[in-house]
Amino acid sequence: MARTFSIKRQPGFATIAMICFFLLYLPIATLVVYAFNAGTSIAIWEGFSFRWFAAAWNNQQVIEASWRSLKIATSAAVIATVCATLAALATTRTAGYRGLTFKYAFINIPLLVPEIVTAVALLILFSRIKIWTGYSGLGYLILAHSAFCIPFAYLPIRARLESMDLSLERAAADLYATPVKTFRYVTLPLLWPGILAGLMLAFVISLDDVVITEFVKSGGQDTLPTYMLGQLRRIVTPEMNAISAVFLLLSLAIVTVFFFLSRNPQKENE
Amino acid sequence: MATSAAEADGTRERKDVRDRWLLSAPALVLIAAASVGPLLIVLLYSFLAPGNYGDVKWEFSTEAWFNVLFSRDIFDDTVSLADAHFSIFWRSIKLAAATTALCLILGFPTAYFIASRPPHNRSIWLFLITIPFWTNMLIRTFAIQEVIRSEGLANTLLIWLGIIDAPVQMMFTDFAILLGMTYVHLPLMVLPLYASIEKLDFRLVEAAYDLYATRFKVLMRVIVPLVKPGIIAGSILVFIPALSSYVIPRVLGGGRNLMIGNLIELQFGQGRNWPLGASLSVTLVFIVMIALLFYVRNAGRPGGNAHG
Repeated sequence: MARTFSIKRQPGFATIAMICFFLLYLPIATLVVYAFNAGTSIAIWEGFSFRWFAAAWNNQQVIEASWRSLKIATSAAVIATVCATLAALATTRTAGYRGLTFKYAFINIPLLVPEIVTAVALLILFSRIKIWTGYSGLGYLILAHSAFCIPFAYLPIRARLESMDLSLERAAADLYATPVKTFRYVTLPLLWPGILAGLMLAFVISLDDVVITEFVKSGGQDTLPTYMLGQLRRIVTPEMNAISAVFLLLSLAIVTVFFFLSRNPQKENE
Repeated sequence: MATSAAEADGTRERKDVRDRWLLSAPALVLIAAASVGPLLIVLLYSFLAPGNYGDVKWEFSTEAWFNVLFSRDIFDDTVSLADAHFSIFWRSIKLAAATTALCLILGFPTAYFIASRPPHNRSIWLFLITIPFWTNMLIRTFAIQEVIRSEGLANTLLIWLGIIDAPVQMMFTDFAILLGMTYVHLPLMVLPLYASIEKLDFRLVEAAYDLYATRFKVLMRVIVPLVKPGIIAGSILVFIPALSSYVIPRVLGGGRNLMIGNLIELQFGQGRNWPLGASLSVTLVFIVMIALLFYVRNAGRPGGNAHG
């Protein structure tokens, strides 16, 4: 077959890319397939069954850990998104002022510090506060998660704000809208997709966290990931696959919504 | 009148700046309380003496820092280099560098492939890269574990193909850690590379072909220098989390093949030497800062001959 000379083609690149996509999905696919195994092995296929999903559903520890995960992730995502939205409003659409660069850097610090270091740092701090106050509830985990979720929530919100048209808000102000009204009826509706995207990113990041949670949690405060980490040391049954499969489905749903939210509205019309 | 207008402007500006500080206060306070503040405490702890049952004694000591680099014989007090620490740091750096290289080798063609699709197809391919990125890291590590276990997919397949007779021990080796880290961090390499390649001006590529460059020469002398910022960004994004990995070596290395993260954890667990753990943490942050500094110095300007 005669091929026209394409300047973009590089030999072998498409093949490597295909292998890459295949290798990215093969382990996940295997994991999901064995969640439906009727046998107790995660290696030998013994027929199709939902028994491990039922087993996970009836496992009190799994259900409790899942609830705890959702509770922490929801609280942390809301707190982080509110803080990130305010911070984004404070750091965009300005000619620049003293302290602006400092704020950028400060907000991004949780991204740059290795997770394990933040984890031991919080362990040191919180173990002291636990002794002083006697409080050992979920508050510590929510606080820790909120803090490291802020930079993730901040990214899409700031991106959205920067692409927004200032003239609409000026128009509102010209028509005697108070700053609060302008924000409520003009800025917020325009910013909303960015806020939602930030909220979801923060939610997923919190839901996925293992390291910081593992160090900060008190006894009996396992989240789903730390529960799974504990289980991986033992003999693993397809119950773990079933839990993972459900977790995967949840992540997939969130990433799909995020994907459509963060699509650039200008590009859609092309 | 002009002065009072200027004054009013100044007041408004000051008020604006004050409002902006108020708006960003919640985020700054939260990060100070649960990220930056605790880090300073770690720095403080690295200069204290270890307590008997974990935690610290409140007395100044540089023993922890001394122990990062040296070990003192418990019987005759002779001092030697802390081989165990050096070897773990060196292994971690080697593994992280190898992970970065593997991610680059696999990720560059993938990113290039996506960027050279017609625009309306690109988002689907990008979506396929993003899904694993959003999937729980522990689940992906677990998935790799299932593939490389003795009775896992990889061994079964190799035996079936007749390449090996008995299962090869892949779990609990450096290979397992390398594989796991590459798998987990690959999307972090592809995404910035894609962003960079997408902006590539293909007229330059065309010009190179007009001047009789071969495909390989175009790749190495035109494309790679132009997308260098993306390569550096991707490499940093992979290298830093790979270097400070904790979960992957714990699960796939099985507690025997430690990396820095596990060494730090050990000091807060069985080791009961919090100051040493703290000073190791500070050392890790320091290495990360050096990597970031390298990034800041090199990013943002496409390098090399292409522009010259």
